Amino acid sequence: MVCLKRVVDYNVRVRVKPDGSGLALDGVKMAINPFDEIALEEALRIRERDGAEEIVAVSIGSTDCQQQLRTGLAMGADRALLIETDSDLEPLAVARTLKALVDREQPDLVIMGKQAIDGDNNQTGQMLASLWDRPQATFTSELTIDGEVATATREVDAGLEVIEFDLPAVVTTDLRLNEPRYVKLPDIMKAKKKPLDVIAIDEITDDTAPMFAVTNVAPPAERAKGIIVDDTVALVAALNDKGLI
Amino acid sequence: MGRVLICAEHDGERLNLSTAKCVSCANSFANDGIDIAVLSENGGAIASEASAIDGVSKVLHIDSNDNGAPLAAIWAPQIAALATDYSHVFGPSTTFGKDLMPRVAALLGTGQLSDIMSTTDGRVFQRPIYAGNAIVTVDASACSIIVATVRTASYVAAEEGGNATIEHRATEAEIPSHTRYVELKGDTGGGRPDLQTAARVVSGGRALGSEDNFKLIYDLADRIDAAVGASRAAVDSGYVANDLQVGQTGKIIAPDLYIAIGISGAIQHLTGIKDAGTIVAINKDSEAPIFEVADFGLVADLFDAVPDLIARLGR
Repeated sequence: MVCLKRVVDYNVRVRVKPDGSGLALDGVKMAINPFDEIALEEALRIRERDGAEEIVAVSIGSTDCQQQLRTGLAMGADRALLIETDSDLEPLAVARTLKALVDREQPDLVIMGKQAIDGDNNQTGQMLASLWDRPQATFTSELTIDGEVATATREVDAGLEVIEFDLPAVVTTDLRLNEPRYVKLPDIMKAKKKPLDVIAIDEITDDTAPMFAVTNVAPPAERAKGIIVDDTVALVAALNDKGLI
Repeated sequence: MGRVLICAEHDGERLNLSTAKCVSCANSFANDGIDIAVLSENGGAIASEASAIDGVSKVLHIDSNDNGAPLAAIWAPQIAALATDYSHVFGPSTTFGKDLMPRVAALLGTGQLSDIMSTTDGRVFQRPIYAGNAIVTVDASACSIIVATVRTASYVAAEEGGNATIEHRATEAEIPSHTRYVELKGDTGGGRPDLQTAARVVSGGRALGSEDNFKLIYDLADRIDAAVGASRAAVDSGYVANDLQVGQTGKIIAPDLYIAIGISGAIQHLTGIKDAGTIVAINKDSEAPIFEVADFGLVADLFDAVPDLIARLGR
């Protein structure tokens, strides 16, 4: 099972609405969260390398998420599931929904991005693993599967941590895991015929109430404008003046 | 308001400075006391270090053979078992805390706040979204336990000078066997200061052009006793290992002095350095976005400017 979140395209520079009520997102380009695209690519490679019965792409959100699921199908997923909701779910609610889906679908591996580039929460995979009481391999940059056991190399602050874990499990992807393939036109045509089921979230879970209230959205504090120095002599003098070297 | 529990980060020998930064965050609002949970294997020295942080009341020390490596699946149930006496459970927003804290929160049946930057009352918090392009204010009053990761770049580490009591606790949770630690391959720092906590950092970008040329960055860093960092472009080009990456997808840092060399200043990089005290940029493209955030900019070819700078900073 691969989780694909629909997010604002990473090339878009988002702007805060002047009244602090949120972000100006009308009409901006949307895309699959880049880390989730890496997750799908990894699932495809696992199928090519080790075999996998089926790859299911899952998204939770508005009906528009079907666009991203179609892209996922064009990349190579076998079928797609949209859990439809117009609410903006918090990570725990997403994890609870995914847990209910895991119970239905019984996947051997759930793989998703380490974070979505909108909320930057970096929580959903860990929470799903927690609710499921299964292993988690976060920030994965290398993944091998040998029968019922997987080995992941994780990009941690101190370097590369290697862990071994039993399947089923949750893996979250880091940037260096792979480079996602480009979708070819014939694959886009083929994807139109692949099954994409839409299920109302109420049929899956009723446990999605928010716990947090966002009361304001503001632009970040700006740094004061600096100066351009003429040469390294002036630079060294400036740093000396500030007692930095 | 109740008590705050902080999950200590350490490498098996020494406490990570991120722990004292979490204490600073907890100290920034009124509460009934701050305790630190130290999970370790033969980690008496780590518990002592934690007890010496100013403002800490108690260190809860679970020393066990299970806790030799910080595996979230093994640590989370132990932290969750301790957490029931607390109104807040904090960890650092390092890879350690990001891995662990959501797992703890889900066990407690509550949500989690990531990367908290500030709070006035311990109920309402500020945190960045969209790579720091927006700051949201979030009210967590509805949570019976507030679980959060603390953005380490936003807080100065609490000083030493405390004398907390150390309580030894037994593991009161079932430890799973489904996840096993193998090894840590790491520390490409070559004995230099730690990137995340260094007072000075010198970073190189794609303009360095090769792994060999990156030696210029190491040389300059060594002259001023700085840690070495890199842009994502430099990491993707294979000049350095990923643990040196600074930015949204790497490390978020707040050194007193940050020197960016041959780095254009993509948003995702700027997100990682905007809390630096002084930013210096050396780039031959005068239009590079890095100059918009630099306190001191030098428009020059790095291959001329950096050797010159190294000579002028000669000790």
